[in-house]
Amino acid sequence: MMKDIILKAENISKQYRLGLVGTGTISHDLNRWWHKVRGKDDPFLKVGEVNDRSIKGESDYVWALKDINFEVKHGEVLGIIGKNGAGKSTLLKILSRVTSPTTGEIKTKGRIASLLEVGTGFHPEMTGRENIYLNGAILGMTKAEIRSKIDEIIDFSGCERYIDTPVKRYSSGMTVRLAFAVAAHLEPDILVVDEVLAVGDAEFQKKAIGKMQDISKGEGRTVLFVSHNMAAVKSLCTRAIVLENGETTFNGGVEAAIDYYLQGSKNDFSIIDFKDRKGNGLVKLKTVNVFGFNEDCKPQTGKPFTLRFELENNHGVSCDDIDFDIRIDDNMGQRISWLSTRLFSKTNNGSLQKIDFIMDNLQLNYGVYYVTTYLTVKKIESDWIQNAFSFEVEEGDYYGKGAFVSSIQSKALLNFKVNTHVD
Amino acid sequence: MTTPKDAPWLYTISSKHKLIDLNFKEIWRYRDLLLLFVKRDVVTLYKQTILGPLWYVIQPLFTSVIFTLIFNNLANIPTGKGVPAFLFNLAGITLWNYFKECLTGTSNTFTKNQNIFGKVYFPRVIMPMSIVVSNLLKFGIQLVVFIGFYIFYVFANNATVTPNSNLILLPLIIVMMALLGLGFGMIISSMTTKYRDLTFLVQFGVQLLMYGSAVMYPLSYFEEKLPEYSWLVECNPIAIVIETFRNMTLGVDAFYVDKFIYALVFSILIFLFGLIVFNKTEKSFIDTV
Repeated sequence: MMKDIILKAENISKQYRLGLVGTGTISHDLNRWWHKVRGKDDPFLKVGEVNDRSIKGESDYVWALKDINFEVKHGEVLGIIGKNGAGKSTLLKILSRVTSPTTGEIKTKGRIASLLEVGTGFHPEMTGRENIYLNGAILGMTKAEIRSKIDEIIDFSGCERYIDTPVKRYSSGMTVRLAFAVAAHLEPDILVVDEVLAVGDAEFQKKAIGKMQDISKGEGRTVLFVSHNMAAVKSLCTRAIVLENGETTFNGGVEAAIDYYLQGSKNDFSIIDFKDRKGNGLVKLKTVNVFGFNEDCKPQTGKPFTLRFELENNHGVSCDDIDFDIRIDDNMGQRISWLSTRLFSKTNNGSLQKIDFIMDNLQLNYGVYYVTTYLTVKKIESDWIQNAFSFEVEEGDYYGKGAFVSSIQSKALLNFKVNTHVD
Repeated sequence: MTTPKDAPWLYTISSKHKLIDLNFKEIWRYRDLLLLFVKRDVVTLYKQTILGPLWYVIQPLFTSVIFTLIFNNLANIPTGKGVPAFLFNLAGITLWNYFKECLTGTSNTFTKNQNIFGKVYFPRVIMPMSIVVSNLLKFGIQLVVFIGFYIFYVFANNATVTPNSNLILLPLIIVMMALLGLGFGMIISSMTTKYRDLTFLVQFGVQLLMYGSAVMYPLSYFEEKLPEYSWLVECNPIAIVIETFRNMTLGVDAFYVDKFIYALVFSILIFLFGLIVFNKTEKSFIDTV
């Protein structure tokens, strides 16, 4: 059924150069040019390593994507899932033609539009209405198309009162609403959606998610959906591919893909090679292991949860002298929690090797959380890493009532009782 | 290399580039965007200024006055029999300004728009094209000012300026200036994505180029005074265009068909070369910029 396939990616690879562009570029460019003149291959295409950001590499070149193959059928909603840095954004950039692949090609039978970033090209001096036209045209609509939808767009944005006022007078929330309203009314054959749902206030988010569901379900549009939110992927997509370090490791039904992703993504991090850390380094963090019920299990809301840290303690610093804090932020950078060994008196005084933070029932709702670690030896900063690692919590039935709480409503789940009083 | 089976693909995103990969159909589809960019440029340029579009007029007038004082009154450069020096300078500056605005406007296309280019795709060439078109409006206003002064000098001062039949070439001359500015601008903008040195070169290079483009002197006078360097100016297509413009409007300077054709061919070639370089760069500049 060749006819059904609307988009086809063949051997897509993308190579990036690490470090500063500019140092040595001219020599590499000349070298490339010299190979080209003699009809040989680009010498730098042979080098390049698998893109694992936590491991120190040998080469300046890495493959952000390597030999990606997939097909999308007409009307299909394909999920693309993977950890941070797995290559999702690079793939989206290639799909939306912002950059071109190093090798391989993507063939398409329809126009692709992306909701990568909303509000691109807004000009602060122009009015909301003028910006709708400009932004719509940038996203690929014609003037006539926009004219026929302008009332709908203004209505959706909820900025009617300000529509003939320059955008520079808008609140930031209003700007985002207006921008999303334009993007949501695009009608391309293939829509690429990155996690843009996290904009605006709760009321607008509901509207935005509803619109996304309309687009993908009601209107039968072909959609590529990129997300960390497994619940959203599960409800919207029919098929999914899993990216890992720039390679497709799974391609199939959405349930199986999510299962594969959850098992495959080990929450083990080696952070000893991290450069971006502060402190005197007397005691340093070596590895982190995040797990749920047991060591092979991903953390889930309402289930047991452990954060295990191994330390590099070459000087045998005693347990008494070490204080260790972890700060947990949500994906919006909002501080959710602070946990510290300071709150407890230490019972042993040997050379400290390992610290576990244990919770009996995890009170974090589903989503991605970022952890900053802070370690002191005798109150002096020894190892401080901003956003050292992130972990993902799976949806779970915290209250045991079969009802899930949206993470938009609540990041942390509290224990409570309801007493009702009636006359 | 399309086999019949592949034929229905709308387009292909690939690493291989054809030398000239111009999709005119696509550019045409985005014509509304071009017009909206022009509108944006024109509407927003003089927002929150008191004089507004009057600045379009003030710039060339003041420059012409200064040029007349320095080059004609002080340095005694002749402008031809009966031709007012001010009008001579205004003619040169009006046309030169169009070239300059096109060049400087397009020469930072990639670096200035990296935010928007990094997020959505549209034919990148729309951006420099919109700059050339919006500058055309500015040029139009300045041309009207020139015509105003022209009429004033002819009727009030009885200046002996006579336009000749070459005037029908005027649209072609404007197109040549646009092609030159756009062509050079696109080349420079492509190269600045990797090597920022060129931004500095443009800033003072344009200044120097003006002196080599017969803006404030007739080419014949240059030949007379500095015969050993005159080939530099004679080879400069911009100088030829400006000379032609003064020839058709004021009746001064000479018009040579061979030189004119040379300038025409040169501007078309530089434009095409610019397009090729630009197209090559747009595919992946976002990784290097």
